[in-house]
Amino acid sequence: MKKLLAFTLAASLLAGALAQTVLTVGVFDEFETHLNRVLPQFYELHPDVVVELRALGFGDHHDLLVTNLATGTGAPDVVVLELGYIARFVAEGGLRDLSNPPFEADKYEDLFVDYAWAQGRTEDGRQVAIPADIAPGTLFYRRDHLETTGWGIDEVIESIDSYLDYGRELQDHGVFLVANAASVADGLIRSDIPAGDGIYFGADGQPLLNSERFLHAARVAKVIRDEGLDAEIGAWSSEWFEAFRQGTTATELSGAWLAGHLANWMAPETSGLWGASEMPGEILVSWGGSFWAIPGQTPEAKLDAAWNLVQFLTTNPEIQLEAFRNIDAFPAMPETYDDPMFSEELEFLAGQPARELWATIAERIPGVRTFPGDIIAEEIWGSALGEILNEGRDVQAALDEAQMLIERRVRR
Amino acid sequence: MARRSDVPDAPRRSWSTRFDSFQRRIAPYLFISPFFILFAIFGLFPIVFSMYLSLQDWNPIQGLGTMRYIGLENYTWLMGDPWFWRSITNTLFIAFASGLPQHLVAIPLAFALSRGISRLRHPLTATYFLPYITSAVAISLVFQTIFGTQFGILNQALIYLANAPWSAWLFGGMAEGLPVNWLGRAPNIKPAISILVWWQFFGFNVVLYAAGLATIPKDYYEAAEIDGASARQSFFHITLPLLRPMIFFAVTLTIIGNLQLFDQPFILTGGTGGTGQAGMTVAMYLYRTGFEWLEMGTAAAISWLLFLLVGTMTLIHFYFFGRSGLETRD
Repeated sequence: MKKLLAFTLAASLLAGALAQTVLTVGVFDEFETHLNRVLPQFYELHPDVVVELRALGFGDHHDLLVTNLATGTGAPDVVVLELGYIARFVAEGGLRDLSNPPFEADKYEDLFVDYAWAQGRTEDGRQVAIPADIAPGTLFYRRDHLETTGWGIDEVIESIDSYLDYGRELQDHGVFLVANAASVADGLIRSDIPAGDGIYFGADGQPLLNSERFLHAARVAKVIRDEGLDAEIGAWSSEWFEAFRQGTTATELSGAWLAGHLANWMAPETSGLWGASEMPGEILVSWGGSFWAIPGQTPEAKLDAAWNLVQFLTTNPEIQLEAFRNIDAFPAMPETYDDPMFSEELEFLAGQPARELWATIAERIPGVRTFPGDIIAEEIWGSALGEILNEGRDVQAALDEAQMLIERRVRR
Repeated sequence: MARRSDVPDAPRRSWSTRFDSFQRRIAPYLFISPFFILFAIFGLFPIVFSMYLSLQDWNPIQGLGTMRYIGLENYTWLMGDPWFWRSITNTLFIAFASGLPQHLVAIPLAFALSRGISRLRHPLTATYFLPYITSAVAISLVFQTIFGTQFGILNQALIYLANAPWSAWLFGGMAEGLPVNWLGRAPNIKPAISILVWWQFFGFNVVLYAAGLATIPKDYYEAAEIDGASARQSFFHITLPLLRPMIFFAVTLTIIGNLQLFDQPFILTGGTGGTGQAGMTVAMYLYRTGFEWLEMGTAAAISWLLFLLVGTMTLIHFYFFGRSGLETRD
């Protein structure tokens, strides 16, 4: 009798195991934390699925995915992708088209802020990635420097010119306006983009590196550098953290996520000294963000479960808010912006309810098309800008050469 | 009777002799085969495949099926690519600027160590060797902090030297240019990388030269001393000539190693190559082309051109110094 019982038990367990779909999910850093917290809820809805996490560092995660897609084997069934890497995957392939049956992702378009949806869409209209979180661009500023100079933040951000004037005033007090002039230029090239164009390419696929938008951005950055208004510090360097701690820079253009980093580890001792506002001169840009996608090599049998997980992680407002709470991932769904979390006063920003501000920014950022050459174009632009700022190269000449370089690569 | 008992034995013996001769013929190959199998998979195949790949246009994330044969286009395209040529000049600059001082310091240092107090010889040699066995990434991260513009210790030291009363006469002239933006300004990036590479590898050469010095018989020095030669003279007329084979060997290693620099410039420039690609070596350009810009065919072509460069430089070295370097051993 006992034997029989054990046998039936074993058999039923085996049957259960056979019916289960094992999904591997590729994540980086904080998404591991997030998934571990929300997966129990997913299991309640889909008890037949078991998720195995492949968690790696930020760079390794994306690099390994390239290798996996190249060799046609070993990619996780579901992956998270960061904005900086999304262009190469969106434009170059390797991911499933989620607009098609059985997914039909297009029905979710209205759930998300426009620009994030557009970032996950290919030139020819295939939706290959669903927004997980976004990073509305914002200006962080030190309140103490504002006070000593007697400026109001609205005056500062009125226009790019007033922003530079504020920098000149700060100079008299021995404070830099911003860590690096390049970040101002990077904001400027991403704003005022005509509908249908990409950042670096026009609607017809022609590179735009020596267009007026880029010339203007480079000239503004050059003014900042030449007048000594920036500290010439690169992002993510130890100098950058030190500048935040010591308050040697008065403002920083960044994604909303920077507040979390500042408060948690970069400069926790400066709590209450910071504020957030829109970027100067009505620049509206996205500064980061992540997406969920299903690689092309995910087997047919797992597609259902994979798609269920992606929908659970992206289209469920509760889960988006959970990510916001757990890992500071700003929700991509406007319907979550009414949640009380958004009106919370942030201690680090001296009690400012900045999330409301970021939500209004997020809803106004226009969509920009993604092109296959974006990654290399960004590199060429960055290089040209570096030569303009650091080596005093002529703006027009440097950008003409950049245009030539990108044309050379795109023509291949 | 004896004959009868022979009969059943005959086939057995022939079977065993046959097996014996079989295994004599085959066993050596069997035993050596693991090497050849592993070499074929991990050595030969990648070489052949990369040559094949260099003739293709291939974006890796679209899968193996999307390769397109384009002949020598990758090579001709690279010949006209300004960034490729920049990476070549960068590599040669860094290789020379970090390589030559390595030997200029290592040889006298090894000589001094071998002639100096023997008690300190081994601890000192070990200390110089330590950077060589430390992770290049860890070293580069530390140097990144050292080279910092505002808070880096190198600039702090230079500022101190330029302003302190006892050293101002020597360093005061550079006060104008301080703090130096080591990793942000194009003209400074290559020297910064060279300093790091020099520091990391000169200890290795000290060890090589110390070993070379140990093979020089003491008699020569004693004879020279009796003849009244100074330490300087014995260095130039005994040590250097007899060290030639070791110098030849060490310089060959330096050429091959320095032309393939990757980790140090990659970390110091944050993976970008720095302003104006001033710190982008060929190996870095190769990596970025293949894995960041997803042009695997072009990357494979770069790897073959890099191989050509290393081969040419080594040949030039062999041609000019090889004969004299190897002859003295006879």
